[in-house]
Amino acid sequence: MQSVAATELHRRLGLTDGEFARIVGDLGRSPNAFELAVYSLLWSEHCGYKHSALLLRRLPTTGAAVLQGPGENAGVVDVGGGLAIAFKVESHNHPSAVEPFQGAATGVGGILRDIFAMGARPIAILDSLRFGTLDSERARRLFDGCVRGVAHYGNCVGVPNVGGEVMFEPGYESNCLVNAMCAGVLAVADLQSARAAGPGNLVVLFGAQTGRDGIGGASVLASQDLDDDLEKRPSVQIGDPFTGKKLIECSLELVAGGLLVSLQDLGAAGLASSTSEMASKGQVGLELDLDRVPLRERGMEPFEIMISESQERMAAVVEPSQLDAVAAVCARWDLPCTVIGRVVDGDSLVCRYDGEIVGVLGVASLVDGCPRYAVDPQRPQRLSDEPADVADYAEPDDLGAVLLDLLAAPNIASKAWVYGQYDQFVGSGSVVRPGSDAAVVRLTPSDRAIALSLDGNGRRVWLDPRRGAAEAVCEAALNVACAGATPTAITNCLNFGNPERGETPYMLTEAIEGIAEACEAFGLPVVSGNVSLYNETAFTPIPPTPTIGCLGVLEAADQAVRHSFAAGDTILLLAAPGAPAIDGSEYQRTVHGRTEGRIPDRNPAATATLCQSLATAARQGLLSAAHDVSDGGLAVAIAEAALACGGAEVEVPDRAGRPDVSLFGEGHSAVVVGCAAHHAAAVEALGGRRIGNATADGRIRIRCAGAAIDIASTAAAAAFEATLPTAMVG
Amino acid sequence: MVTFPGTCDDRDAIRAVEICGGEAVPLWHGDDDLRQVDGVFLPGGFSYGDHLRCGAIASHSPVMAAVRDFAAMGGPVLGVCNGFQVLCEAGLLPGILQRNHHGRFNCLEADLVVERTAAWTGDAAPGTVLRVPVKHGEGAWYAPDDAVERIEASGQVVLRYADDINGAAGRVAGVCNEAGNVFGLMPHPEHAVDPLLGSTDGRSIVGGLVGLAAVVGT
Amino acid sequence: MKVTVLVRPKDGILDPQGEAIDRSLQGLGYASRGVRAGKVFDLELDAATAADARKAASELADAVLANALIEQFEVIVHDG
Repeated sequence: MQSVAATELHRRLGLTDGEFARIVGDLGRSPNAFELAVYSLLWSEHCGYKHSALLLRRLPTTGAAVLQGPGENAGVVDVGGGLAIAFKVESHNHPSAVEPFQGAATGVGGILRDIFAMGARPIAILDSLRFGTLDSERARRLFDGCVRGVAHYGNCVGVPNVGGEVMFEPGYESNCLVNAMCAGVLAVADLQSARAAGPGNLVVLFGAQTGRDGIGGASVLASQDLDDDLEKRPSVQIGDPFTGKKLIECSLELVAGGLLVSLQDLGAAGLASSTSEMASKGQVGLELDLDRVPLRERGMEPFEIMISESQERMAAVVEPSQLDAVAAVCARWDLPCTVIGRVVDGDSLVCRYDGEIVGVLGVASLVDGCPRYAVDPQRPQRLSDEPADVADYAEPDDLGAVLLDLLAAPNIASKAWVYGQYDQFVGSGSVVRPGSDAAVVRLTPSDRAIALSLDGNGRRVWLDPRRGAAEAVCEAALNVACAGATPTAITNCLNFGNPERGETPYMLTEAIEGIAEACEAFGLPVVSGNVSLYNETAFTPIPPTPTIGCLGVLEAADQAVRHSFAAGDTILLLAAPGAPAIDGSEYQRTVHGRTEGRIPDRNPAATATLCQSLATAARQGLLSAAHDVSDGGLAVAIAEAALACGGAEVEVPDRAGRPDVSLFGEGHSAVVVGCAAHHAAAVEALGGRRIGNATADGRIRIRCAGAAIDIASTAAAAAFEATLPTAMVG
Repeated sequence: MVTFPGTCDDRDAIRAVEICGGEAVPLWHGDDDLRQVDGVFLPGGFSYGDHLRCGAIASHSPVMAAVRDFAAMGGPVLGVCNGFQVLCEAGLLPGILQRNHHGRFNCLEADLVVERTAAWTGDAAPGTVLRVPVKHGEGAWYAPDDAVERIEASGQVVLRYADDINGAAGRVAGVCNEAGNVFGLMPHPEHAVDPLLGSTDGRSIVGGLVGLAAVVGT
Repeated sequence: MKVTVLVRPKDGILDPQGEAIDRSLQGLGYASRGVRAGKVFDLELDAATAADARKAASELADAVLANALIEQFEVIVHDG
């Protein structure tokens, strides 16, 4: 083994001098190039959570239903009836900004692997997307490419896409966000682990062959051959959903046959990351023969094999006696399957190539020794302690026109253009498909169901990170509750800028605090998640965007509630204490062209109570519709729920003391529900307040403290439905 | 029930067949005999990744040779979506499926108009409208003009889209062969059998296969 | 002037389509190996010389027909 002579090499790999010294200390010698490459990736922000790990400790992660919290490929929650759900949300922001189609597709592929690595069959995908505004050609191109990429992978592997959200804000122009969430179902007894165990057992790699995909930054280590052109070093990973589909079926067959000791997907940093994680969790060592890895390309160096991010690969630990059976299953699915190493006693990851040792790494140092930095939160001057002064905002004359403008606003308008490109049906479980507050997926063949939502609003978090992040938890939980489910657990994806400078340290710290506070108020554990930092260009970070995925449970799938009223329904309002506000609302932005003030405290405890009322009402079969008041406020919520039946006539309370703010303000937990007239008293008993009726007369009429909206529901539908198809023509 | 690598809807189709009173027998793409089934269901998905052309590689698989023999003897064969594409590539059904005219994958509940009374649609009267999900990127049925005329004249068009959703020639959603024992359609009847999930109009089509298979079985 | 542009996956870039076709051909008993699948574009260009046509075709191939991140292209000018 040769030591690295040029000390700058570690800097070119992104390691600081202090980190390099620590590596030398841990090894008791200087690392060679192979070892340095592995360290540089595992001690990167992406794998090592250098700047977020200390903060993430703040999140509550335990609960009676939690079978597996953070740390494995995905969190797993017991949902009753002997069934469990594995779920997680993960970002693929940077790759999607480079090549939107492949970036988004491999994002979906990656989150799927995390789920079936737990032994779960993936049953639902959701996606949360952020782009610049639709008047930007670049934003439209990225939007189109990402939607096609999400559609391509999900459709081809036969996992339904059941929900998500899209927002357009100038702050995402240079850094789009692609967060993909997946949920999978398994029998509690079949839970898999990535924990390697049993010295003497074999490490088996199966799935696609290994190429030079995603070697990226480590390519400075490539043999110092000057005519070695960049063509050989693709940084873009190509998704192959056909192989992905075979990998799902093959993995689940291996799990069902009880043939594996453990299973782990190969994602960021490839074999380096997955094998060291397996060894770390099992408190064992591993010996790897890298020359055995099946390669797609000739002449790959050992370090390239070790860190390649080629997609559609899994690593398993297998008892020698089961190897033939494992190989037979892989052969049936036409997937290469190779023994690449073995489990040994100790704490070392020993890598050989053609019998020669190319690297010896301490597992504990690699995985747990990564330096963790405390960030330095400085409250930005621009943040306001006070809400905006409503007197500064002219009250519009025509509130009907405002409602139409808001329904047509890209962040509110129908996303049918997006989910119309996704297979929502496969799996025969999609009880509530995209377009409602949360998706409901039956755990066929049982009668139980889960509800899933994915929420986040960077603009509001930008105004107040703690309240904004807590609000995202409230929103996600309320959406799930509107579908009739009991919120049970959370997954999160934290999309922020550079944690080493500017506002980001404060925003990240406060947002995590907000999530933690809200989760505590709800009693919701965070069971999985992902952090994506450095989303910034030219020192300007994206709006701080925590996205929250919420899992809810329904005892019976036929208790699911959709968001559309039926004609003749009594409409009631269930609301937490408080009032909506103009601050950070879509109304403030679309109509008044401003984003300022301070968003209200969403009151997580009261929101949790509201969720319980909704779940009770759904369980008793009282509700025909429930829709939470969110972007665009109460008037938009009523209009959206009334589009299907064709009308509504309501009078709503003027909680904000000004009709436009009461109708279009945000930041207040409230739900509009529809129910048959004979159930209205029972809903009132749960705290509902009658505000009117759903009609079929083609008019949406909303009155508030003397002000009135009276628009044709066809006009509302046209405004709601036209925006995305018009913007994305051609 | 034939599974190719890349087939996605086989589990749903098995469930639909069972709901419609049939017994589903899994068949693998590498099988060269059909295990004495009375009817064949080629479900949707992306067989072999839909590489080369949709259904093209699957049409050369061992199981398809057996399906060809089975169809030649009059056995009922239903192809849905990718299964329809496979039947067209295999020459068991006329025409071919092209990319949707709008160039996008399209997932929606479509209205299908029954063109003629056939066992494949549960003997529904012509003009009956069935609501069945569609989900495809390459579902625009195409045949040369003279072939379309011949197929229309011989009554092989079984289902037509009420609206032009993908640019299919004559808005054709489903066609059968001349003998009438092989039927393919792009919409997914197996996703329309459960009232909890929406329409149950797909039962007449899946039930059509089960009914025809029952005749074979006796 | 008639021009053909051939677009191929770059060397080393995963080509799922080529691999699937390759495996299928081998399964059917053909002695094929290493299939890579690309696209062919035939077009006509107003250009005075073959060199101009090549330059124009290269530009449009670089800008539109091929994705430089993952694909390479080759221009064939059909003289006369």
